[in-house]
Amino acid sequence: MTTEHEFDAGSNVGEDRAVGAESAAAERTLGKEFRAYALGLALAVALTAASFWVRGTHLVYGPSLAVALLVLAVAQMGIHLIYFLHITTDPDNTNNVLALAFGVLIVCLIVFGSLWVMEHLNHNMVPTDELMRMQR
Amino acid sequence: MTAEALRAPADPYRPGPQTTAMDAPSQVTGHGAGGPAPKRIIVGYGFWIFLLSDVIMFSSLFAAYAVLFKNTAGGPAAQQLFDLRNTAAETACLLGSTFTCAMASLAVGERSQKWTQLALLATGLLGLAFISLELREFTSLVARGAGPTRSAFLSSFFTLVGCHGAHVTAGLLWLGTMMAQFYAKGFRENIRHRFLCFSLFWHALDIIWVAIFSLVYLVGTLPSELLP
Amino acid sequence: MLGKLTWQAIPLGQPIPFAAGAFVVFGMCAVLIWVTAKGYVPYLWREWITSVDHKRIGIMYCLLASVMLLRGFSDALMMRSQQALAFHAAGYLPPEHYDQIFSAHGMIMIFFVAMPFVIGLMNFAVPLQLGVRDVAFPTLNAVSFWLTAAGALLVNLSLVIGEFARTGWLPYPPLSELTYSPGVGVDYYLWALQISGVGTLMAGINMVTTILKMRAPGMSYMRMPVFCWTSLASSLLIVAAFPILTATLGMLLLDRYVGFHFFTNEAGGNAMMFMNLIWAWGHPEVYILVLPAFGVFSEVVSTFSGKPLFGYRSMVMATMAICILSFSVWLHHFFTMGAGADVNGFFGIASMLIAIPTGVKIYNWLFTMYGGRVRFSSPMLWAVGFMVTFVIGGMTGVLLAVPPADFVLHNSLFLVAHFHNVIIGGVLFGAFAGYSYWFPKAFGFTLDERLGKAAFWCWFLGFYVAFVPLYVVGLEGMTRRMQHYDRPEWYPWLLVAGLGALIILCGIALQIAQLTISIRSRERRREPTGDPWDGRNLEWATASPPPVFNFAVLPIIADEESYWGIKQRAREQMRLVTPEPQYQPIEMPRNSPVGFITAFFAVITGFCLIWHIWWLVVLGLICAYITFVVFAWRDDSEFVIPAEEVARIDRANREARAEYLREFGR
Repeated sequence: MTTEHEFDAGSNVGEDRAVGAESAAAERTLGKEFRAYALGLALAVALTAASFWVRGTHLVYGPSLAVALLVLAVAQMGIHLIYFLHITTDPDNTNNVLALAFGVLIVCLIVFGSLWVMEHLNHNMVPTDELMRMQR
Repeated sequence: MTAEALRAPADPYRPGPQTTAMDAPSQVTGHGAGGPAPKRIIVGYGFWIFLLSDVIMFSSLFAAYAVLFKNTAGGPAAQQLFDLRNTAAETACLLGSTFTCAMASLAVGERSQKWTQLALLATGLLGLAFISLELREFTSLVARGAGPTRSAFLSSFFTLVGCHGAHVTAGLLWLGTMMAQFYAKGFRENIRHRFLCFSLFWHALDIIWVAIFSLVYLVGTLPSELLP
Repeated sequence: MLGKLTWQAIPLGQPIPFAAGAFVVFGMCAVLIWVTAKGYVPYLWREWITSVDHKRIGIMYCLLASVMLLRGFSDALMMRSQQALAFHAAGYLPPEHYDQIFSAHGMIMIFFVAMPFVIGLMNFAVPLQLGVRDVAFPTLNAVSFWLTAAGALLVNLSLVIGEFARTGWLPYPPLSELTYSPGVGVDYYLWALQISGVGTLMAGINMVTTILKMRAPGMSYMRMPVFCWTSLASSLLIVAAFPILTATLGMLLLDRYVGFHFFTNEAGGNAMMFMNLIWAWGHPEVYILVLPAFGVFSEVVSTFSGKPLFGYRSMVMATMAICILSFSVWLHHFFTMGAGADVNGFFGIASMLIAIPTGVKIYNWLFTMYGGRVRFSSPMLWAVGFMVTFVIGGMTGVLLAVPPADFVLHNSLFLVAHFHNVIIGGVLFGAFAGYSYWFPKAFGFTLDERLGKAAFWCWFLGFYVAFVPLYVVGLEGMTRRMQHYDRPEWYPWLLVAGLGALIILCGIALQIAQLTISIRSRERRREPTGDPWDGRNLEWATASPPPVFNFAVLPIIADEESYWGIKQRAREQMRLVTPEPQYQPIEMPRNSPVGFITAFFAVITGFCLIWHIWWLVVLGLICAYITFVVFAWRDDSEFVIPAEEVARIDRANREARAEYLREFGR
């Protein structure tokens, strides 16, 4: 049960640990938490700067630029998930990870599925303005 | 309840009174077979599921954006419209506000009213800066004849980025309410649970922004031969 | 001041909508006056309208669904009678009305009959089956219900003020764009769904959290009843699919209200993208509807065969497989839109694959019945009726999953017959089975069995008489939504279909009779033990109706079907085998009017958005925000039931059960 003075470690996403019960509570000090957040910020800033820099220079092979930016974006999303949303591979965190995996699966199905389907539909479809002209 | 009692697995045949209150602590970790989880875990998980549903909604808007990207109807395209320095400034504001929100979590953990209010204020100001930069960008686009009614591409751009901005605005409203609640009611358990939800929300908005600035602004403004 | 709203909006000059609207308004006023005159309002407000109890909310969902079933079925009767009359004739419904009727029929049946029924059953039964006191977020549960009711109210308002959409139950652009649907009809549709969609999404989140994070001690995942597994899968689908609906309808709203170009014919819009996105929601939606029905059948078949469910693990696997696969088949709703052979082939094969886990479930139910002592009470009749009907519907579905076949049959009455086959045979029969099965638990008295069986036979027979002709006529080339036709070969079949609708009407009349007669004679139908069907899962361990806290102490679960094991031991020893627990005080969440008030402002805001009364929209949103803040400010969210009260209630049920066991021995 929560007590008034137990250490409340902020935005831990629904972990199955009973609050303050794990041995980790003793090690989890304000200093450690702060350093973890600061590291998260530093990594996020680094990845953001890398994205803008990669976009601005010609050091990355042209056609793979889009992929590089995508990879950097995914990496930064991972940093946010780990450092700010506290998604870990703890067995107590399994529900959270499963939910995230489900969400990612659905997002991929929708985005890539729609792109694939619409690409084919558009290929076989008369352009709309031409179609409208045919109506007159 | 001692830490040992909290960690001991439940013996199905153990004698003695059983738990009756709604937020009895979880006895067994992992497979959730130790009875209903503590309130904090339930609230956190429920909000996490909501966030995933919100991400799926954004992905539908992303899909629409990707499909309609080339439908500029003779009007301006991404390359001509987006100013990446503005994007960098917006990113810095939002990333900074994520960090200050994390600082607010630490302050709440320490039960410090002063630092909580300061960190939340900083978060709010950075969020407000983000919104003003975005509004400025939108109004300048409209003024240049590149408003959302110009073409399908612009409709989908304004909707996707605007929806994120609307979420940030709603978040600012929530933030203000949270500041008032902490001030009026202190660090009561259910207020802390709400703040947990708020910080999850705020961090998730930054994750969505990562996708937006990378795909819409950075990839979107690449010359057409480099687009996937 | 009042936007587009004028007195012209009330259909005084059109007899049919005027009569229908007047009937509904008169009926509603009569009910409200009667309730007020009898002094029931304080009771209703205190015990039902502000209730956050999952059982009450579940019952209200089912009540909403039943009332809207009458509205949706009236639309169906009108459609069938129009088609039976309109051979070389105009019928009695002009096209602009007929279009609104079939649009309203589909939309109401899916969103305000099937969804509330299924969510209501999940709400009622899942916490009881999991051995806990309520869902994860009880007040949010109330808000979800009232937002759904708000959406239903808006749709019904369109009958009296304004008009409804004429686009069909899914508003395909460009017809649904402002250029071709300038009236308020599509706006009614869109705002009703956006509002109730929020409610549904919240209900899904609530259910997922409850099932994954709140179960009785000892109830691991593989000890959960199958109904809870199917509710989990359905709720996961709600969480994943409804955001797509919100986004897509939102895009259409932006097109209509602010002149965006997502789906317009000009400025680069792409109408096909609407179909793609809406069916990416639409296909998971039908699994959201049918999975809980499958769960109900698992419960009913095992209870009435007197055997544990055959193949528990494979049932769970099949359920989760259906959950995931349902996101990979959506294009089969628009094979003919021209995606080409590769894409069509992929989605066609995926659609056929998804029939496999469903087949696994059917075999499991059959093997559960095999070797059991089957009792054909009315819930079991619905289950067996389902098995026959749904299999046929599923087979026509697999037929339609073949793209070349679909090119002939898309949008014909064959398709219409197929989806009614699976929705009525699957979802509606499941809803009725759940209703007959859990009614005694919810209200403490049984329903008249004879009338229930008669109702089943009318529905079963009526369904086939109404829809088999539609298969035939679809194969003969008749397209859906026809207001009149001139092919003589179709005429006799449509007459038979009209007759089938009348037989179903008899079924509905019998169900209404069953309910009223059972309520009238409820005292002699009281079921004191709380277990009228010899049930196997935890909900039957409670009193009927269960007390507000469900269980005096949360049960400790040692194996699957633990209630059954305890009951068998009790019967052997002819006495209660669980000792009287040490009663403790119980904290329960307080009732709250926030759901009702939020819905009130939602209706106002929705109505004003439809009629462009902008100032009132802003006011409505501000009031909604204020409601939220006032609710967030309350200090007292729970109340305590003292241990003596808990003891008194529980002892009464224990005594009733002990009495039954003594009688059982003699």
